[in-house]
Amino acid sequence: MATFLNALFLQAGYNAALVALGAALLGFAAGAGGSFLFLRKRALVSDAVAHATLPGVGLAFIVMVALGGDGRSLPGLLLGSAITAWLGLLGVEWMVRRTRLSEDAAIGAILSVFFGIGIVLLTIIQSMSQGRQAGLEGFLLGSTAGMLFQDAVLIAGGGAAVVAIIWLLRRPMTMVAFDPGFAAARGMNVRRVDLAMVGLVLAVTVIGLKLVGLILIVALLIIPPVTARFWSERAETVVWAAGVIGAVSGWVGAALSASAPDLPTGPIIVLISAGLFSLSLLFAPARGVLASILARRAFQARVHRRQGLLALSRSEPVHDPLTLRILRREGLMRADGVATDKGGIASTRVARDERRWSIARRLHHDTALIGRYDGLTPIDEVFTRDEIAQFDAGLPAAEGV
Amino acid sequence: MSDLHVVTSPATLDPASPLAVRGLTVSYGEKPALFSLDASFPAGAMSAIVGPNGAGKSTFLKAALGLIPRVSGEVTIFGHDVNRARDRIAYVPQRASVDWDFPTTAIDVVLMGLYGQIGLWRRISGAHRARARACLDRVGMADFADRQIGQLSGGQQQRVFLARALAQDADLFLLDEPFAGVDAATEAAIIEVLKSLKAEGRSVVAVHHDLSTVSAYFDHVLLVNLRRIAEGPIATAFTADTLSETYGGRLGALQIEGLALVGT
Ligand SMILES: Nc1ncnc2c1ncn2[C@@H]1O[C@H](COP(=O)(O)OP(=O)(O)O)[C@@H](O)[C@H]1O
Ligand SMILES: [Mg+2]
Repeated sequence: MATFLNALFLQAGYNAALVALGAALLGFAAGAGGSFLFLRKRALVSDAVAHATLPGVGLAFIVMVALGGDGRSLPGLLLGSAITAWLGLLGVEWMVRRTRLSEDAAIGAILSVFFGIGIVLLTIIQSMSQGRQAGLEGFLLGSTAGMLFQDAVLIAGGGAAVVAIIWLLRRPMTMVAFDPGFAAARGMNVRRVDLAMVGLVLAVTVIGLKLVGLILIVALLIIPPVTARFWSERAETVVWAAGVIGAVSGWVGAALSASAPDLPTGPIIVLISAGLFSLSLLFAPARGVLASILARRAFQARVHRRQGLLALSRSEPVHDPLTLRILRREGLMRADGVATDKGGIASTRVARDERRWSIARRLHHDTALIGRYDGLTPIDEVFTRDEIAQFDAGLPAAEGV
Repeated sequence: MSDLHVVTSPATLDPASPLAVRGLTVSYGEKPALFSLDASFPAGAMSAIVGPNGAGKSTFLKAALGLIPRVSGEVTIFGHDVNRARDRIAYVPQRASVDWDFPTTAIDVVLMGLYGQIGLWRRISGAHRARARACLDRVGMADFADRQIGQLSGGQQQRVFLARALAQDADLFLLDEPFAGVDAATEAAIIEVLKSLKAEGRSVVAVHHDLSTVSAYFDHVLLVNLRRIAEGPIATAFTADTLSETYGGRLGALQIEGLALVGT
């Protein structure tokens, strides 16, 4: 526990602190960058990109060894992974454009073929004399073990650069994600903006390869945006909130992994973001499960209350058990089904609102005025006194208030 | 009637026209949806594009905007190539194909229309918000500014997209069936907005499907059915002859007589 807290507050040594910072920046970049693909409904493209990095890692190792190098240099491996990821991406684009395949089918094809090639290459490398110590499997699930100082700098710097580019491109990317037709009519090159979105995700994937691993980086690109969506109805907020969720996951995950080096980093980071997701799913206001259950029940109660009062005002019997329960609980109806004094007043008021409302609908057919009212709230809480006077003027004299 | 076909293409496109095309052919696959179309809409006027379903009206607007490639022909916007005149055009498609669950409110949508003026990086200021709100107000949607876009009715969504077009402060408005699926009150509100645009000297070109209101709303008409049937001021172009040619047997003779009378 002490080691975890130390790592969390950057007290576990310079290297560990840098790793935590790098993981946070990477998480921010992944969350914010992944948001645009999520909003564009292309989240799974990131899965194809991630799996297509593996052959690049293997090939880069082989090439570097063949050139007499170490083979384990991180920049070299990442460059290789970026190249094959880019090829995989072009493959998906090409298939969608040139054939009748839909994007999900193209993603499935590219993902499995590239991953297959990558695994074959890793097996070959295992049999090479330099290959045994290569530790390339670390790229599958990520690890902080054996991370060099300059590796951590690369991750932190890369993450920061991606965040900066996201900030610069946020408006075109939002516009294309929401309404590509409008963006095109404004003269925007939609295809290029789409490429930028995927390019950012590719950059995040490559930068995060060492830390999170290629199998789980997808989670860090998708879970934070989905989580953030629970909290906001505005794209900009979703993007930056997803960044914060990714950053928190990265930071805490890296600290946990540093305090118990046997735990692989990638899965820990993903589990933390999944935890945040579950909390949001359950407890987010408005869109969360709990909130929608409560809102539904409150709404149901209002409807039943109103229906019950209307029935009372017409001296009709009430049969619905929920309506009966609500009316009795609020002291609007006696046990024998007769309205109490309070119930009588309330039902008269509801009946009057109902008549005003039907006149209002006739006077202001489909205008914003009508859109303001739900037919349940007491009418004088929604409309101004002048507006109500206007409705009342439409009431037949006998029914006047 | 035969002389309608002897329309020779103009030698040059009128540089004063907000939208002029010559010899425009657009094809989906190998079946042209528009063939060798000429048209020149007047500036500062309200023009209608009229024709039966599948006549190529939406195709015409999309091709004019360069959203779909053309097989042949020329298009100018105020005498310029469309790419040099983008900032002067606002386009409202027939039905926006957007994700209605997208996290965006009505006012956010209108603000997108202002991005041309805000730029890509500058902060959105209070003045920009006020402008966006004023545009929503013009289409009677100010009360709904903070509603998520999917929580509006179809006619209200249509008006939000019209407000976004207003925010663009364009000189030419291209509208594809702005009155489709809206009720009479909304239609009246929209036509008021369009008339005020015309009063400000702007040009409106709208695809319109309700023949009974063409002569009441518009100054100029293009009748189209794959080819140009007629074009000109309502009084000369919107006649019994041109209508029966545009719609073929689809309109009864009596119906046509009634409509053309309205036009004269
Ligand atoms: N994306 C498309 N792909 C193939 N054919 C299309 C496409 N859009 C329109 N068409 C065809 O082109 C013709 C003209 O369509 P359109 O311009 O939408 O007609 P209108 O707007 O006048 O009703 C129709 O026959 C239609 O079926
Ligand atoms: Mg159409």
